[in-house]
Amino acid sequence: MKRIDHAEASSHFIKSKDHIEFHDRRLWDLRQKRDRESEQLPEWEELRTLASAIKEHTLSHLSDYLEEFERNAIANGAQVHWAKDAAEHNQIVFDIMKARGVNTLVKAKSMLTDECDMRPFLENRGFEVMETDLGERIQQLDDEPPSHIVVPAVHKLKTDVARVFSETIGTDPKNSDVHYLAESQRQHTRPFFLKAEAGMTGANFAVAETGAIVVCTNKGNADLSVNLPNLYIASVGIEKVIPRTEHLGVFVRMLSRSALGSPITQLTSHFRVPRPGTQMHVILVDNGRSERLGMADFWYSLKCIRCGACMNTCPVYRRSGGLSYGATYSGPIGVIIDPTFNLRKYSSLPFASTLNGSCTSVCPVRINIHEQIYKWRQVISERNQLPMIKKEAMQIAGKLLSKPKLYRAAVEAAGADRRDSQAEGPARCRRRRRPRPVRCRRDRLAMALRGGVQGQRAGIPFAAPGHTARPARHRHQHAPRLPARRISRGQLRRVHDGTFGHGGHRRYPDPRCAGYPDDDRDSGAGVTLARRTDAPTRRRRSPCSSTTT
Amino acid sequence: MKVGLFIPCYVDAFFPEVGVATLELLERFDIEVVYPLDQTCCGQPMTNSGCHQEAAPTEKLFVKNFSGFEYIVGPSGSCVHHIRENLTAIPQTEEVRKVRASTYELVEFLHDVVKVQAFPWAEFPHKVGLHNGCSTLRALREAKASEIAEPDFSKPLDLLSKVKGIRFVKPDRPDECCGFGGTFSVFEEPVSARMGYDKVNDHSRAGAEYIVSADMSCMMHQKGCATRLGLPIKFIHVAQVLNGARA
Repeated sequence: MKRIDHAEASSHFIKSKDHIEFHDRRLWDLRQKRDRESEQLPEWEELRTLASAIKEHTLSHLSDYLEEFERNAIANGAQVHWAKDAAEHNQIVFDIMKARGVNTLVKAKSMLTDECDMRPFLENRGFEVMETDLGERIQQLDDEPPSHIVVPAVHKLKTDVARVFSETIGTDPKNSDVHYLAESQRQHTRPFFLKAEAGMTGANFAVAETGAIVVCTNKGNADLSVNLPNLYIASVGIEKVIPRTEHLGVFVRMLSRSALGSPITQLTSHFRVPRPGTQMHVILVDNGRSERLGMADFWYSLKCIRCGACMNTCPVYRRSGGLSYGATYSGPIGVIIDPTFNLRKYSSLPFASTLNGSCTSVCPVRINIHEQIYKWRQVISERNQLPMIKKEAMQIAGKLLSKPKLYRAAVEAAGADRRDSQAEGPARCRRRRRPRPVRCRRDRLAMALRGGVQGQRAGIPFAAPGHTARPARHRHQHAPRLPARRISRGQLRRVHDGTFGHGGHRRYPDPRCAGYPDDDRDSGAGVTLARRTDAPTRRRRSPCSSTTT
Repeated sequence: MKVGLFIPCYVDAFFPEVGVATLELLERFDIEVVYPLDQTCCGQPMTNSGCHQEAAPTEKLFVKNFSGFEYIVGPSGSCVHHIRENLTAIPQTEEVRKVRASTYELVEFLHDVVKVQAFPWAEFPHKVGLHNGCSTLRALREAKASEIAEPDFSKPLDLLSKVKGIRFVKPDRPDECCGFGGTFSVFEEPVSARMGYDKVNDHSRAGAEYIVSADMSCMMHQKGCATRLGLPIKFIHVAQVLNGARA
């Protein structure tokens, strides 16, 4: 499977000035709104800690809570299905619809169904599937995946939407007025709601103690999808379960503030009991989550509530667009989740980060995102998935920087270049043979340390006027032997070849790291179904026992 | 007080004046400063690319050079962050742990340990945009990050405010990453450059004559971006300003 090249993909996005400027500005605006909202709650950082603790507790007792959820959902009259992977999930949806003889499905937004590639699966089998979230609908009509987990079409300008709608639902291609476009889409979608025989949502939360599916939306399309047809299917990732309804008091306060900078979503719907004469099905989907739960360094990513705050704050995401990640999940959270599906395919993604850490700071459930990015890089290197040029560069750097004499020679060369370019400009000095530096940098520092040589100091830019260093005899033990020893050109060449210091060219180390998906392995293969009691359980005291016992 | 002076490799190679300013500044406070001559790098370039095995000899050398000092001080937030949080490619002996715990970034050392109250020799009559590198900001916690809900504080600003004549401008996004990110700037060049352009434009729009930072690596990147854009903005390390550089 081809490795995703994030740098290459982002270069295409960056070429369009209008798009990158809008994208960056729009998402930064969401970040700022989030900041304002969070600052209005004095307990914000405390809420983050609490939310993290609830999730951590739930994940470390996941099989128990999932079974509790199943019991209560069944008692409510819902039917519960377990899917170990995407293929099973899609087959279950197919079977449910087939058994009822229905062909049309209206669905609210769900990243899980994108993760499972459900729509093409159903469409290829003759089903009609309608995305009812505006952004998802735009993406469906344009045959693109969502580029953001909350605002799926944020990479598009309104003129792009006008183009897509004109080609697909017959709007005026010249009219990019947002009200006109939204109304056109509404009129186009409404008949589907009325004729659809099945409705589907994802889940923001699944409450174990009540068996309820909680969906937070702003447009009401989820409620229409659930309440108009006589068949309702909820696709739920197993990590979405929370123990009690009261825990929503933590998560619901944080979700929309983190996502969009609004205090709460317009609608927070609890779907618990099927209406008389209708069916409600809940599919609990693993698709690699159990396996991730067993990864000591990465299980924390399962705390994610899919708010997208890390994407909005990420300076790299804002300037590269979600599609450049080539995966269902993009931005910082995608970077740490995607390699669990296919390490080789997504091995460039953890390098699409400056490790600035703002993702970790905004995460409402305190996922240590940038630390996991850092850790993934190590795993990717150990699994020999670094590009050869990078690996070799690091091997050379490692040799150079661990040998003071080699290092000094390289720094002197750099210093000579620098002096040349300052004196004569870069164009000339590149072709010119470098003059030898009068004195090496080490000498200058050493002289400064010995507290003398005013003449040397005078030549140093920004030297403090009038300052005379104190003599310091006790430092003489560190005085250098001058002049600095140089290495030969041959040695330097061997440094660049990577052959200095040992007999031959060292090859990559043996793979040492076990427990990560192999190259090109299909997502979800060989996962453990979490409902089984062998799902990893952490021996950790409940961090929120007061609220869960 | 005996301080081991840690001058990161890129400062040594490209900005030796920053190393000299750091030394002179520390000596102004009667601190005994020693520069271990065999020092090279902290190992960060390798570990940030996931190459811990390749970083191990460099980390070992760093510890060898700096063990025995009461404090180790360096003018670079990201290197100090690496030493303190991520120097883990070698076995964590007591010596290694001691070195890691004793390493300080220059600003936090002056602010928290020396507790400097004044820089009477320093005067910088310019409009300045302060840039905090991301490691300095979020890992070393030298200032409040805009996304964290907590009272405002800034150690670099505290120190620089004591410099005569200095004026600060406020960019729209004061703590947005500039896009350097070490090897990120090489392997993710398009995004890195775009971030750098946005950063220097933001400072320029705010009216900054100088960008001042405790992180020379960020400024190295920004300087390249400013040059390409033809912006007249200049760059200077906080150590130089505090040491009395006028321009």
